[in-house]
Amino acid sequence: MTLTYPTAGTQRRRSQSWLAKIDWSLVVAALALSIIGALLVWSATKGTQIEKGLDPDGFFKKHLLNIVIGVGLCILISRFDYRLLRAYTPFLWGASILGLLFVLVKGSTINGAKAWISLPAGFTLQPSEFAKIAIILGMAMLLSEKRDAENEPRDIDVAYALGVAGVPIALIMLQPDLGTVMVIACMVFGIVAVSGAKARWLTGILVGGVVVAYVAIQTGLLKDYQLARLTAFTNPDANGRTSGFNTQQARIAIGSGGLFGTGLFHGPQTQGHFVPENQTDFVYSVAGEELGFVGAAGIVLLLGFILWRAVRIALRASDLFGRLVATGVAVWIAFQAFENIGMNLGITPVTGVPLPFVSYGGTSMFASWLAIGLLLNVHMRAQE
Amino acid sequence: MSERSNLRLAVLGVLLLSLVLTLVGRLFFLQVVSAEVYTAKASANQFRYVVTPATRGLILDQLGRPLVANRTSLVVSVDRTSLADQKDKGAAVLHRLAKALGVSDTSIKFRLETCGKDAHEKPPICWNGSPYQPVPVAKDITQDLALTIMEKRSDYPGVSAGLEAVREYESPFGVNAAHLLGYLGPVNDTELQVQKDALAAGQKIPPESLLRSRDLIGRAGLESQYDDTLRGVPGVKKLSVDLSMAVTGTAGETQPTPGNYLVTNIDARLQAVAEKQLYEAILRGRSRTERGTSTHYKADSGAVVVMDVTNGHVLAMASWPSYDPSVWVGGISKTEYSALTATAANTPLLSRATQGQFVPASTFKIVSASAALQNGYTQAGPYPCPGSLTIAGRKFNNFEGEAPGPVSLTKGLAVSCDTMWYQIAADFWVKDGGLKPTAPKDAIENMAKSYGYGKKTGIDLPSESSGRVGGRAFKKARYDALHDAWCRRAVNGYPEYTDKARAARDKAIASDNCKYGDIYQVGDEVNLAIGQGDTAVTPLQVATAYSALANGGTIWQPQVARGIVSSSGKLVTAIKPLKTGKLPVSAANLAFLRNAFSQVTSETYGTGYNAFKGFPLAQIPVAAKTGTGQASNNQQSTSWFSTFAPANKPKYAVVMMVSQGGTGAGTSAPSVRKIYEAIYGITGSTVDPTKSVLLGGSPVTKLPTIKADGTPIYPGMPTAATRVTGAVGATGAPGATGKAGAQVTSDAATPNPSPSSTGFIALPVLLAGGLVGRRRRHRRRPSDAVIRLWSP
Repeated sequence: MTLTYPTAGTQRRRSQSWLAKIDWSLVVAALALSIIGALLVWSATKGTQIEKGLDPDGFFKKHLLNIVIGVGLCILISRFDYRLLRAYTPFLWGASILGLLFVLVKGSTINGAKAWISLPAGFTLQPSEFAKIAIILGMAMLLSEKRDAENEPRDIDVAYALGVAGVPIALIMLQPDLGTVMVIACMVFGIVAVSGAKARWLTGILVGGVVVAYVAIQTGLLKDYQLARLTAFTNPDANGRTSGFNTQQARIAIGSGGLFGTGLFHGPQTQGHFVPENQTDFVYSVAGEELGFVGAAGIVLLLGFILWRAVRIALRASDLFGRLVATGVAVWIAFQAFENIGMNLGITPVTGVPLPFVSYGGTSMFASWLAIGLLLNVHMRAQE
Repeated sequence: MSERSNLRLAVLGVLLLSLVLTLVGRLFFLQVVSAEVYTAKASANQFRYVVTPATRGLILDQLGRPLVANRTSLVVSVDRTSLADQKDKGAAVLHRLAKALGVSDTSIKFRLETCGKDAHEKPPICWNGSPYQPVPVAKDITQDLALTIMEKRSDYPGVSAGLEAVREYESPFGVNAAHLLGYLGPVNDTELQVQKDALAAGQKIPPESLLRSRDLIGRAGLESQYDDTLRGVPGVKKLSVDLSMAVTGTAGETQPTPGNYLVTNIDARLQAVAEKQLYEAILRGRSRTERGTSTHYKADSGAVVVMDVTNGHVLAMASWPSYDPSVWVGGISKTEYSALTATAANTPLLSRATQGQFVPASTFKIVSASAALQNGYTQAGPYPCPGSLTIAGRKFNNFEGEAPGPVSLTKGLAVSCDTMWYQIAADFWVKDGGLKPTAPKDAIENMAKSYGYGKKTGIDLPSESSGRVGGRAFKKARYDALHDAWCRRAVNGYPEYTDKARAARDKAIASDNCKYGDIYQVGDEVNLAIGQGDTAVTPLQVATAYSALANGGTIWQPQVARGIVSSSGKLVTAIKPLKTGKLPVSAANLAFLRNAFSQVTSETYGTGYNAFKGFPLAQIPVAAKTGTGQASNNQQSTSWFSTFAPANKPKYAVVMMVSQGGTGAGTSAPSVRKIYEAIYGITGSTVDPTKSVLLGGSPVTKLPTIKADGTPIYPGMPTAATRVTGAVGATGAPGATGKAGAQVTSDAATPNPSPSSTGFIALPVLLAGGLVGRRRRHRRRPSDAVIRLWSP
């Protein structure tokens, strides 16, 4: 019956459809990761909480709350037509720059980086997480400007886009949060590449990156402890409380987990607090020890599934803006997860980026779900 | 959207897929391929081991009387991890503790240091145990202090007081037996390293032999010889810990296996008699003067051996000077050790019975006589026994120049004629070819070796000396070893000597030795025949040789231990007598010699007659040989009295030696007589086996019974009624200070063998019962104890 009224049908499809048009598999995967994360955080923190006389389930509950807020943000951003979002992008970008400036002036220092804004009731906010979204949207906007018969972005667009990314990168460098800088750098490269910009831009970015890194090391812009952390993974058996300690203990935890793990709440390495930061940066070690190869590989595969959906969404996006947003999100999640898990497994430097969806931390959780929201948004608009 | 964009997105997709695969691959490597490596590392991380020492096995005499047991000592221990958690790293607590113990802060600090490069002290003062084990810092503290520490927990966090098992020398009947029992000392790093290397080389070490740091191991005597079996296997508690090293749980526990009990052939009462008589002989020697002078004998040391001739069982054995073995308990102090090893103390650690080497003198004539009889010399003789004899231009005197005229072999032995042996020895030497020997028979030398001289008897005690037979082989060996040195001295002389005359004399001797040192001269053979010159023997070798003569020619390996029994009373090993040789002497000749030696005590002309006057020789004939050794380098003569009895059906051999003690007959013989009197229950001239120090008049044949709880059963053991139980109860109520809790004492011979009562027990449990089982007679050692030499 509806078929006979194309207009009405279209109307109806549009109104009834946002639930139907959602990529449910993507949502389920992200939700599954978040729930696994909640359990791992619970296991990692319960003992310490009891020792401190605090609520044993405190972190677990907060993590669940973060998921709820994250999913809420996801729904919000996915309902918002991204074509309208473009209009707000400059403001979003501006706000994130202000946030990054604020954090440099009044931020709290955690693990050597001035990256957090303390909020009342013990909450903290990490502006660099939101800056990632602002950069994605800003670059996508600039690179997908309507052009005269040209398919590829003009050099001036690329230059602007790099400028849009460059300012927050510089501010994050000053915190300094190298891990996030590396994630954003990969993201920028991915977006520029997929935008169809000329190959020399890609070469330029690569060369520029190498030069900046070299200068940073040579001029002492990087502090010794940062260098030590970065290179610790090349010396996996560094002993004691050196830079290698965390990764070594994490690797012992993961390696001793074996095929099926020790079971949640039963990992001696985890429960004995041998792996510091194991609710945030090293949460993956908990999965490795307590859930074993089956659980730990499961997390990687769930992330892989999300990436597959993201790339698929990028491929099918209705316009370049959508494609670039999806691409940005895919590269972001991919490299951040690779950096984090790689550092747990001892194959990438210790950089202190959280594992999307899994690590404890509100901002990271919100940003991850906002990213899912962006993907859903692009996905839904592509079906119209 | 451009083709380029599509293409690049596809490439990106592949790139992201490769990232995922990289992670899964690495994960597979860590968790599946190398899981074992990491599991081992995790276990090293997470577990710490606390060792509960095993109760060391008791050493019992042949009736089951404990010679060495364990007692409990109140020990203060400090938990270093607990100190580390305190704000000032425990400085205040240690200061308080040091003050309470009356020692300096640093001495406690040094005790708490882990042994190694940075430690201020060496083991056993620094700590070489596990870092998770509380470190004992003081032993044998007073009950009051222990109570203070346990009650004022807030003043002494990390400090605890408890009972720990240490060695207790039971001394039944006042027995010392230090050289038999030995002592314990902490295992050292070298030994641990050797073991580590052996394990690394794939060698298997049974758990009871495995050394662990902090182990106390036998360092001398039976404690050392039977260390493996006495030590037991410690219990290990596997604790799981977290990163801060706080204990989070117990992951496993093995109970300690107590060490086995060692049953010896020693009879405690007989041992006590032997020790007392040895000491009497020393005193007797010192009261006597050298003939013709007013110089008293020094009688610097001595030994006595009582052996069962039928099986080699050592029933008693003593050496003088001795020491109190309990100085080693809880670690010997520097002062004590230097006192024990000082020259003035005359090496009390050395057992004269098994390690001392002395000139055998006339006791050696059992060898010469055996050799003579087996080589055609008749029993009747007669043999000339002039006051002196000149052989090869050298004049050999009879002992103290006596000249009884021609004698039979029997009488020659009884009067201890030396000159008759000079002639016999010279004859042997000539028959062997004299200065140009061709295939010499060396009858005396070989007979000496058959009697077991010149080699270790194989007794189950460490560091036995082998002695030497000063015959042709020894002379050759010494020549080979020293020839070059002699010849150098023959040329260079002794320029370092200040005494020019002595230097000239020694140079001449060196020159002589350089040229002729390898020639076995007649004088060497003469000296050998009368047990003088280069021959040296241990008292134990003499006892073994006399036992062989007594028992019809069998050399038994002397045995101190008789069997090993588990702490629950089960037989582990029964140690069987072991034959190590057979004398090449006919039964008739042995019987003749036994009879001949019995005349030493029974005939008026016998050298032992006076000492055994009034002894019921008709019932218990005693075969004996006196010996008065002329030691070189200006030492006074060595007194020997070597015996066995009954001469017609021998059972016991008793040998006594007093170094620089004068004649055998005068110094040693009266003491040996006393020992026989004790063995046979002789009062005056009445023999009453019921009065024997040996239960039932003879050594027992069975092993003693040990109850399942580890208590040995032996005659005369204290019953419950004879124990003083002390006042327990009223004042021992919980909450009371506990100071009123009376010390429970028990009678002197009570062993304390129950494993459960000798382990480390929580002090409060004992205090609650008002019972801290320390003996009243227990000697508390002052911290700066001076040497404690032993005398009965």
